Amino acid sequence: MALAPHKQRPDRERSPDAEPAPRVRRARTTPPWWFALPALLLFTFVVLVPSARGLYYAFTDWDGLDPHFSFVGLDNFSDMLRDPDAMQAIGHTLLIAVSITVVQNGLGLLLALGVNTAIKSRNLLRVFLFAPAVITPIVTAYLWRNLLGPDGAVNSLWDAVGLGGLRQDWLGSPRLALWAVVAVIVWQFAGYSMVIFLAGLQSVPKEVHEAAAIDGAGPVRRFWSVTRPLLAPAFTINLMLSIIGGLKLFDQVYALTGGGPGHATDTISTLIYKDAFTLGEFGYSIALAVVLTIIVAVASTGQYLVLSRNERAAS
Amino acid sequence: MNRYRRRTLALELAMIAIALVVGFPVYVLVNLAVRPASDTSSPITPTSSPTLDNFTQAWQQGALGGALGNSVLVTVCSVVIVLAVSSAAAYPLARVAARWSRGTYLMFLLGLVLPFQLASLPLYQTMRDMGLLGTPWALVLFYSGLQVPFTVFLYVGFLRALPRDFEDAALIDGCTSLQSFRYVVLPMLKPVTVTALVLNAVAVWNDFFTPLLYLSGSAQQTMPVAIAGFVGQYVTDWNLIFAALVTSILPVLIVYFVLQRSIINGFAGGLRG
Repeated sequence: MALAPHKQRPDRERSPDAEPAPRVRRARTTPPWWFALPALLLFTFVVLVPSARGLYYAFTDWDGLDPHFSFVGLDNFSDMLRDPDAMQAIGHTLLIAVSITVVQNGLGLLLALGVNTAIKSRNLLRVFLFAPAVITPIVTAYLWRNLLGPDGAVNSLWDAVGLGGLRQDWLGSPRLALWAVVAVIVWQFAGYSMVIFLAGLQSVPKEVHEAAAIDGAGPVRRFWSVTRPLLAPAFTINLMLSIIGGLKLFDQVYALTGGGPGHATDTISTLIYKDAFTLGEFGYSIALAVVLTIIVAVASTGQYLVLSRNERAAS
Repeated sequence: MNRYRRRTLALELAMIAIALVVGFPVYVLVNLAVRPASDTSSPITPTSSPTLDNFTQAWQQGALGGALGNSVLVTVCSVVIVLAVSSAAAYPLARVAARWSRGTYLMFLLGLVLPFQLASLPLYQTMRDMGLLGTPWALVLFYSGLQVPFTVFLYVGFLRALPRDFEDAALIDGCTSLQSFRYVVLPMLKPVTVTALVLNAVAVWNDFFTPLLYLSGSAQQTMPVAIAGFVGQYVTDWNLIFAALVTSILPVLIVYFVLQRSIINGFAGGLRG
């Protein structure tokens, strides 16, 4: 399991569990099971039961209102395979998740390396660069909808620096809109990745770096052989957060493009919303949610297995 | 590494330039929010005669005060409930090795993978039958369950690495489990509670999809939904919209800058998998 700053962790070494079993039988606290009951009831009511029902509805033609509906087997899923909008939305979702993961973490790592130096403004930069991550995503998305518009600040900026040829209708062009969405998310969350990488970087002891430098390792070599392995837990957290966040993406697409132009930026989540609440196809919509669940489960389990193996190899 | 050289200065300037690029949208946001509608100059030109009229108008017409109140209510109630039930649940799950304990923990872990989209539609129907739709309590109930798996996961991870000596000593001194949890375990959980508090509060405050579903068509709104409604109503009146956006961001940013150390550590301390 990945964890970041050491100061947050209690001292493992002193845990009696780490010692050989004591010979003398001693008093052991055994908290009763009912401590878990309130959490379990809430979790069952809000997550487990509705998810199980959702799974069932995915095999029906329920419209969300009519109490009479019938079991249709795998029809919703075979419809999905024939539905170009759904296939496109699945493609967009995967493309967005992968792009965000690569770009956001790449930039986040560079920012962290830049901030984790002797520069005087490092504390200020850390606070400032992280700030977008606490702002409500729907709000930043509306801000960017204006900035990226035909008369928005981004185009004005190109004009101001004499690069008017780069003017675009960023969100109105089917070719560019998806990348505009990715750019907005990267703008907002690169600082988040940076903060997690920074926590990892600060756990790298200075002495190790100095020793490597004395042994003649250059900065690139020191990063690759000393820093990178020790950043493994930070990588695990960051990749997990961005890939799952990217797969579930809804707010920013809803506010920036509404899935358009046409269906050029629809994701699985925006399609779930549209199918359920504007088309009344609850059964089909939930079938899409089941597909999303499978994708998220496969991606996070796969990533966890690969990364935790790397983490073990690195330590 | 500690010496300030010419290269350090170059790096410093480059990093500040990057920060300015990142901050540019916020400059435009504020610049347009204080601009009267009659001013049609380029969005990047500083506004010549700034005014706060947009803010008063947005506040009144967008019913932002009520939305702010609802957001605070929902966030405070949900986070308090989630932290209380999750820390309590984590206690036996971290300390008891019996089968029921491991099974329950695994079930919570399953909840980490299930996207809420799967549960939110059937739950919509249940909330409707219970008459909770359109009230903030639907959201409090939803988040109180939704955030449990992740929060239990944080607490169990932390508790397992915590020595049991103090609890054992409390037991010998005659404490009940409840007393031992309240007076011995809870105080030691403070660091992870800060992390859980920050991550849960931000997640609940910022959520848009759930209130969009459960509050649509009602007069009760949370801040994100009120903003979306506002944008839908004043489609092209961007000066007014930007004033509304600034109004919604401001309380969050003030809290952030005052508590930045705990908040950043909270995010960085997130133990996820």
